[in-house]
Amino acid sequence: MYFFQFYSKNALSMKTLKYLITGIAFGIIMFKSEAASWFRIFEMFQFDSFHMYGIIGSALATGVIGIQLIKRLKLKSLSGEEIIIPPKAKGWKNYLFGGILFGLGWGLAGACPGPIFTLIGAGFLPLILVLAFATLGTFVYGVLRPKLPH
Amino acid sequence: MSGNLRIMCAALSGDKACDFFRFDWKAQRWNLVFALGAILGGFVAAEFLSTDTSVVITEGTIEKLTQYGFTDGGTAYLPEKLFSLDALADPYTLLLLAIGGFLVGFGSRYAGGCTSGHAISGLSDFQLPSLIAVIGFFIGGLFMVHVLFPILF
Repeated sequence: MYFFQFYSKNALSMKTLKYLITGIAFGIIMFKSEAASWFRIFEMFQFDSFHMYGIIGSALATGVIGIQLIKRLKLKSLSGEEIIIPPKAKGWKNYLFGGILFGLGWGLAGACPGPIFTLIGAGFLPLILVLAFATLGTFVYGVLRPKLPH
Repeated sequence: MSGNLRIMCAALSGDKACDFFRFDWKAQRWNLVFALGAILGGFVAAEFLSTDTSVVITEGTIEKLTQYGFTDGGTAYLPEKLFSLDALADPYTLLLLAIGGFLVGFGSRYAGGCTSGHAISGLSDFQLPSLIAVIGFFIGGLFMVHVLFPILF
């Protein structure tokens, strides 16, 4: 029944399809650019190669230009809505402490959340365990949140 | 991308445990669809768009990895020592993967984003919090690889 509803609403399914296609493109790029490789992450933290910095840097350059164009030309989304990018909440503790913990995990597991999904699709099954514990980590954060410095 | 972990917590009834997961996650279903796409993209890339998935890292990196017992640098996509199915039979490897995953999930939510949210989207919009988070990513990553790897491996 839900399945039927999902596809009977044309607008919704078109929108869903766009996210799916963008996600597939993202996954292919993560895998083929080797950003999903544990070895590339290790190499990045050794400063032995420009590879990962090139990937992040070119994504960043594209992002900067894109966001400036959106803001200056007041571009609208495909569905005609205004594009608003909410500023991140002020502060530094959660960004620094959370960032450090994330970095420790990134260095050890060699994968950030996007590549975890991509590697599962590529057939590296141990990443299912990594995903399960990443979800658990997020859950524990949610529980401890009131007690943590932000 | 890490927002999906929060959505998954909410969808798995995390809302019963604490306020943080009490939000309209169905409104963010698009993000889960994107993650599903990322999985499919990985499948398509590995199955149909690759002949040799060896990651050709630099010689210097391969040498450093050999010291830690990683012998397949330059000839594989992921190290056997951590990600082969045989390695899963080793409790120590399981523990390392579990800790790594846990830190990724806990840290990214605490920091309010991961590589995609802060290092790419946030920095693109010149947001100071994202710069602080990315500095944190590197402090953590460098500490892991340079200080903890010699102890762990």
